[in-house]
Amino acid sequence: MQYDIVIGLEVHVQIRTDMKMFCRCANRFGAAPNTLVCPICLGYPGVLPVPNEQAIRRTLLAGMMCNCELAAWSKFDRKSYFYPDMPKNYQLSQYDLPLCGRGHLRIEGKSLIGDVGPKDVGITRIHLEEDTGKLTHFAQSSGVDFNRAGMPLMEIVSEPDISSADEAYAYLVALRQVMQYADISDCDMEKGQMRCDVNISLKLPGATAFNKKTEVKNLNSFKAVHRAIEYEIERQAEILEEGGQFIQATRGWNDVLGETYVQRIKEDAEDYRYFPCPDLMPMRIDDELLDELRCTMAETPARRRERFARDLELPAYDAHVLTLEKATADYFEACVAAGAPAKQASNWIMGEILRHLSETDTPMTGYPVRPEELAKLIGLIEKGTINQGQGRKILAQMVAEGGEPEAIAREKGWVQESNEGVIADFVRQAIAANPGPAQEVREGNAKALNFLMGQVMRLSRGKANPQVVMQLLENELTG
Amino acid sequence: MATPAHDVDIAHTALLARLELTDAEKSAMQHEIEDIVGYVRLLQEVDVDGVEPTAHAAPVHNVFRKDASAPSMAHERMMDNAPDTIDDELIKVPVVLGGDEPGSA
Amino acid sequence: MANFVAKPAPATLHAAADALAAGTTSSRQLAHDLLERYRVVDGTIHGFLRVDEAAILAQADAADARRAAGKALGRFDGVPIAIKDNISIDGQPCTCASKLLEGYTAAYDATVIARLREAGFVFFGQTNMDEFAMGSSTEHSAWFPTCNPWNTDCVPGGSSGGSAAVVASGQALGALGSDTGGSIRQPAGFCGIVGLKPTYGRVSRFGLVAFASSLDQIGPLTHDVRDAALLLDLIGGHDPNDSTSLDLPATDFEAALGNVDVKGLRIGLPREYMEVEGLSDEVRQAVEQTRDAFAKAGATIVEVSLPRTKYAVATYYVIATAEASSNLARFDGIRYGRRAKDATNLLDTYFKSREQGFGDEVKRRILLGTYVLSSGYYDAYYLRAQKVRTLIRQDFRAAFEQCDAILGPVAPTTAFRSGEFTDPLQMYLADIYTIPVNLAGNCAISVPVGVASSGLPLSVQLIGDALGESTILRAAQWLTTTGSPMPAGDA
Ligand SMILES: [Mg+2]
Ligand SMILES: [Zn+2]
Repeated sequence: MQYDIVIGLEVHVQIRTDMKMFCRCANRFGAAPNTLVCPICLGYPGVLPVPNEQAIRRTLLAGMMCNCELAAWSKFDRKSYFYPDMPKNYQLSQYDLPLCGRGHLRIEGKSLIGDVGPKDVGITRIHLEEDTGKLTHFAQSSGVDFNRAGMPLMEIVSEPDISSADEAYAYLVALRQVMQYADISDCDMEKGQMRCDVNISLKLPGATAFNKKTEVKNLNSFKAVHRAIEYEIERQAEILEEGGQFIQATRGWNDVLGETYVQRIKEDAEDYRYFPCPDLMPMRIDDELLDELRCTMAETPARRRERFARDLELPAYDAHVLTLEKATADYFEACVAAGAPAKQASNWIMGEILRHLSETDTPMTGYPVRPEELAKLIGLIEKGTINQGQGRKILAQMVAEGGEPEAIAREKGWVQESNEGVIADFVRQAIAANPGPAQEVREGNAKALNFLMGQVMRLSRGKANPQVVMQLLENELTG
Repeated sequence: MATPAHDVDIAHTALLARLELTDAEKSAMQHEIEDIVGYVRLLQEVDVDGVEPTAHAAPVHNVFRKDASAPSMAHERMMDNAPDTIDDELIKVPVVLGGDEPGSA
Repeated sequence: MANFVAKPAPATLHAAADALAAGTTSSRQLAHDLLERYRVVDGTIHGFLRVDEAAILAQADAADARRAAGKALGRFDGVPIAIKDNISIDGQPCTCASKLLEGYTAAYDATVIARLREAGFVFFGQTNMDEFAMGSSTEHSAWFPTCNPWNTDCVPGGSSGGSAAVVASGQALGALGSDTGGSIRQPAGFCGIVGLKPTYGRVSRFGLVAFASSLDQIGPLTHDVRDAALLLDLIGGHDPNDSTSLDLPATDFEAALGNVDVKGLRIGLPREYMEVEGLSDEVRQAVEQTRDAFAKAGATIVEVSLPRTKYAVATYYVIATAEASSNLARFDGIRYGRRAKDATNLLDTYFKSREQGFGDEVKRRILLGTYVLSSGYYDAYYLRAQKVRTLIRQDFRAAFEQCDAILGPVAPTTAFRSGEFTDPLQMYLADIYTIPVNLAGNCAISVPVGVASSGLPLSVQLIGDALGESTILRAAQWLTTTGSPMPAGDA
């Protein structure tokens, strides 16, 4: 059976700022529990919020990067519900006047499994709110850490334009790209800086209404989003096929079992009792601010991709891979700026470096070799001082122990011998010791040339520059 | 415009407000709240066509704080105020039942 | 009944400051005298929730030591002041007269407290109030009701009834209160002292436990107008911790009180104010005699109209309760305060902690506020009330085109008897004269002008335009000094 699939994503992204959204506690991950808290973010009696200007600017910037309409007037509203991770039992959020309205993000190229797009995924809105604290559940009780409470958080709501797990994956990659490019967030999912809820429903072709939508909450990796969508499509298709009944529900994702489970049945819509927060004044977003933001606006991933392909003459595939993450693109550009030829730098990054990062599950920003050092290493190869294989070994050592490429090469005795006088001695020795093959070369046998070449390399203990050896052998025997 | 229902669903309202009421309180509150709501319906006679709502008493906008963090408060002060803690580190709350789960942030 | 009205010596904040400067008293002496008075009368008045004698004397001694060393923090270093128990003082309890906040210790100073602390004031006790400032009689304190010092069978008004009563009974030279719908002016009126509600945004709300955020203001309750003016000079001004605070230059209202006269001042009398049902004859006469006194002194009397007056109470009870239902959501016994012991799960903890922690009046207002914000009712109640609020503001704006200050009653009657109101709605309706000012966001002052036949104080209200404090303070100063319209009572 065939189905129409409708998927919408709600993504929460923490904004990188120095302080929290409405108080001056540091906006930082990893501190001891309940040490980044103050009367304001704990909702103590009598406190008042004052909004963080930078968080507002970065939200507007996110809107620009996502081609959104930006609000002329905006405000904060209170969203009421009781939960122990929310100190005031209302969340400061935005209801009817979000900072950013309709926009879109382009997805195209390789996704997790196959290719997608090109397609524009609509963005309904981006609003700014405060994050909640963190609950840890124990057998008989739960514990709350409020360090995260009050951190600035963007909620990015997509239109239900997505129709496959691959498209959802590509959308998330594109969204993360944009956030990283504009310096809005690192989007480190491990640190909870990016969190994703999926709304998904299916219908039979020709049917007018979709079945009741299912929401899968708190997916903590792009792969989990992909798997959860695949799982839900299958589960919901089965129900459709059997003519079963849907219940509108919130589901969780069990990453180990690879399946979703019912978290809560939604009887009727929540009553959040939104109303304008009387403690916070409205925001007027004037052209002056927008112009200023536009000037500081980072190059979008799409533009950077084009520039790499056009100005640096990289193949489209290289440009795509290098720009997937801003840190990678930055690394590449720094390497080129330090003198490495673009295609060589690209080969090393896409090959050795990305493989290493993926194997060790390290982010690009955590890679220990600086781009200038990689440029030096590439330089040694370009000059013929060392060969590719030696270069790989040197890089591995630089990753493991640090150090400077030329020093390592020397210390390992891998510095290639390119001095013609020295090599010419080896060449004469080899010819003298092997008169037969030498004669065959003079008669045009290329195989014999390789044999002599091997002899020279052996005499030089592998250090002779093969290009120089070849040149001198040819001069000696055919010249 | 639509006329709101006369009856106040006091049990539902109390649930939203997380207030437990005895049956006696419920019926007393039902009566008093309906009385007040009945009085407040006086506002229906005011012509408010084209009138902007007032949310703030002061005509101010764009009040922000520069992004510069400051030290947080002493952890012990928070723990001293907490009715119950786990290892003087987390605020302890009773077990969260299924129906209590809220939407995510 | 008993009568406990008395003035301490020196009787005002400025007199105490002068005596300290002259060296005729010390901060310890001031504190000591007030503590004596407290021990004698507060067992009957119940105006204070807490008086920490040791802490008060320590502050007083520190002030005296500074002054002796020539390092006084200023003119008011060592002057005692009482604080309503909904204003946060670092290291002190702040219960808002609610059981729910039992055990809570404030971890920071309210901005007004920080400013008074910088000026050297001694914090002399926290005063009783209606729980979370919800009420007009101070009968809704979770601990005990406060009595009116003029007649202990009567209420002192509310919600700042404790502050008004301790000032009127000579236990304090002055006090801070908060006013959301009349909570400074009405108790000041009932207790025969001066009470000022500043323009919304003039005084920082940071550290004032919010009742209705768009209406709340902190203000002074004092023996005379000069003290009200100087306190406003001290606590007013822009606060970066309060987004709703106005960015205004420093003020010197106190200096503007010298040589006041009211010649040419345009006093507006709203026609609707005299038509309010339940307005007592004596209060009406007090307003009329005040009007005549102004006229005799050369002020111009203009009749003005505030046509939406009759909608003010309904508007207020929608907006104030809506904001309150949200503001009081944080009181759940999770992070601070009293948590119900008998709850077995989270939901139950919320239900029971709030059931046990809140009094009936607070529950009633939370329910009303939750209801008017809930799905399906928002437009009909909350949004509509916000629009009517706009019209009420426009009424005032139009009136102030014609006059400089509006004269009217503070409340329809003098202080009523304890337990007199059993119907909450009837008590709400009695706030008709004070509520519109909070809705419009302008300023007003309650001024004692005489004593009724019952022996209770009679007061009038002077309402100013937004930021019109100077005008009403000057008029009030004239009224309480040269222009007193009625035979003076004890006050
Ligand atoms: Mg959200
Ligand atoms: Zn904080």
